[in-house]
Amino acid sequence: MKKHLPAFVLALVLLLVWQGIAMLIDAAYILPSPTQICVRLWELREPLFLVHLPATMSVTAIGLLISVVLGVGLAIAMDANPKIERALYPVIVASQTIPTTAIAPLFILWFGYSIWSKVLVTILMTFFPIAITVFDGFKATKREMEELLRTYGATKRDIFWKLKLPTALPNFFSAIKMAIPLSVIGAAIAEWLGAQEGLGYFSKRMMTQLDGAGVFAPVVLLSIVAMLAVGIVTVIEYKCIQWRKEL
Amino acid sequence: MLEFRDVSFRYPEDAQSMMEHLNFQVEDGDFVSIIGASGCGKSTVFRLINGLEQMQGGQIFVDGKPIQTLQQYSAFMPQKDLLFPWRTIAQNICLPMELAHIPKAEQAKRCTEVLEQVGLSQYRDKYPKDLSGGMKQRVAFARTLLAGADLLLLDEPFSALDYLTRVDMQEWLLHQWEHYHKTILFITHDVEEAIFLSKRILVIQDRPFRDMEDVRVPLAYPRNREDLKRADIVELKENLIEKLRRSVNV
Ligand SMILES: Nc1ncnc2c1ncn2[C@@H]1O[C@H](COP(=O)(O)OP(=O)(O)O)[C@@H](O)[C@H]1O
Ligand SMILES: [Mg+2]
Repeated sequence: MKKHLPAFVLALVLLLVWQGIAMLIDAAYILPSPTQICVRLWELREPLFLVHLPATMSVTAIGLLISVVLGVGLAIAMDANPKIERALYPVIVASQTIPTTAIAPLFILWFGYSIWSKVLVTILMTFFPIAITVFDGFKATKREMEELLRTYGATKRDIFWKLKLPTALPNFFSAIKMAIPLSVIGAAIAEWLGAQEGLGYFSKRMMTQLDGAGVFAPVVLLSIVAMLAVGIVTVIEYKCIQWRKEL
Repeated sequence: MLEFRDVSFRYPEDAQSMMEHLNFQVEDGDFVSIIGASGCGKSTVFRLINGLEQMQGGQIFVDGKPIQTLQQYSAFMPQKDLLFPWRTIAQNICLPMELAHIPKAEQAKRCTEVLEQVGLSQYRDKYPKDLSGGMKQRVAFARTLLAGADLLLLDEPFSALDYLTRVDMQEWLLHQWEHYHKTILFITHDVEEAIFLSKRILVIQDRPFRDMEDVRVPLAYPRNREDLKRADIVELKENLIEKLRRSVNV
């Protein structure tokens, strides 16, 4: 707990500064104060928690799940076959420079306002980092350990399950922790661009009503949920990787 | 037990052969060391025996049969312990048995026995990070023992340890060897270690090498460290060191 104290103090100071500036400006449609946002969060609790949060979370969860399956699958394929690696790796790295937000409207043309246009945006934002990070984890396998296993008569399959997978586990957790906020951002952006429900959509609607605190309330909610999710993954990671020295 | 017959080998990347028409034999239950300057090809001899490299000529026999027809005929222990950090000590020791699909109950039984024998019973459920360098090498040795082979290939297993631990481990290893009746082929660049441990010492001097000088150590088992001070042993040691130094200059 002591370790986190400086960060906690800094966050508090920033919030106070924000509160001060907002009170000076005194125009909630330009800069709402943190307390105003909290109040709005409470006032809007029913639509936020019952309608829009579940909508965004299902997009995030479905997108993340597909990304993990695809990303890990691709990492395994690249690790198993150098030809696949040489073909895919550069393409994956290059594709990360594509501004997903700019092409997202296209998905709405394809899939309409259904959940899938938003899921596709989250997948595009999270799938590549997951694939690359997990693949790098496989590559970190020590050659000497692999050779030792071979002297015990291990098959390729044994080497994968008993050596490569455990070696890549820390990278897998890093990938998930990185992908959670990305997928939340992806879902919110997609909803902002075109949707009928979801926190991104709600935030945009408040914008048209010049309700500054209403714009911020769903955004705050999103960050809190993302932080919670990352926290849960961190706990699971700690339970799974207790053998690590630095823990 | 082990026989090299006319074995020739060259790494594809290298211009020069590593060994040409190499012949040597190791008898059942012997403790034989291979010494030579660093980079002369000691580890390569092991890589050929355990099948990580394919020889270009000749044949290696274990118990009279070509190694290509055999499985689990040798157990390799490298210089680094290479324990898997995510496995407990017991799980690490069971790894070769797991790969050989030995039933779980049998694995547990053998693991308990060997942990007892190497004196690490209380570390069974600990992780490698909780052990000292010497203890990790003992675990690695226990894992090698349970790989189900009578021929153990130990590649400089103690060279990363500090001097006092190394001396301890040498005595410990002889004790284990006498207990398990295994055949041990032991690589080291430490002449004194080779003399203290082995019945015979094979010396690699040239590159490429065709044969290895075969030196018998005139000491009986169990060994006593005091014997290393005997005049003939000191002379043997000087002799071997001189040979290695000459081969380095080649
Ligand atoms: N995997 C490899 N590929 C190519 N050359 C190798 C390889 N391993 C070792 N060598 C060559 O063999 C020499 C070292 O052989 P090695 O058997 O490791 O020696 P030692 O164990 O006696 O130190 C090096 O000079 C290196 O050029
Ligand atoms: Mg070596």
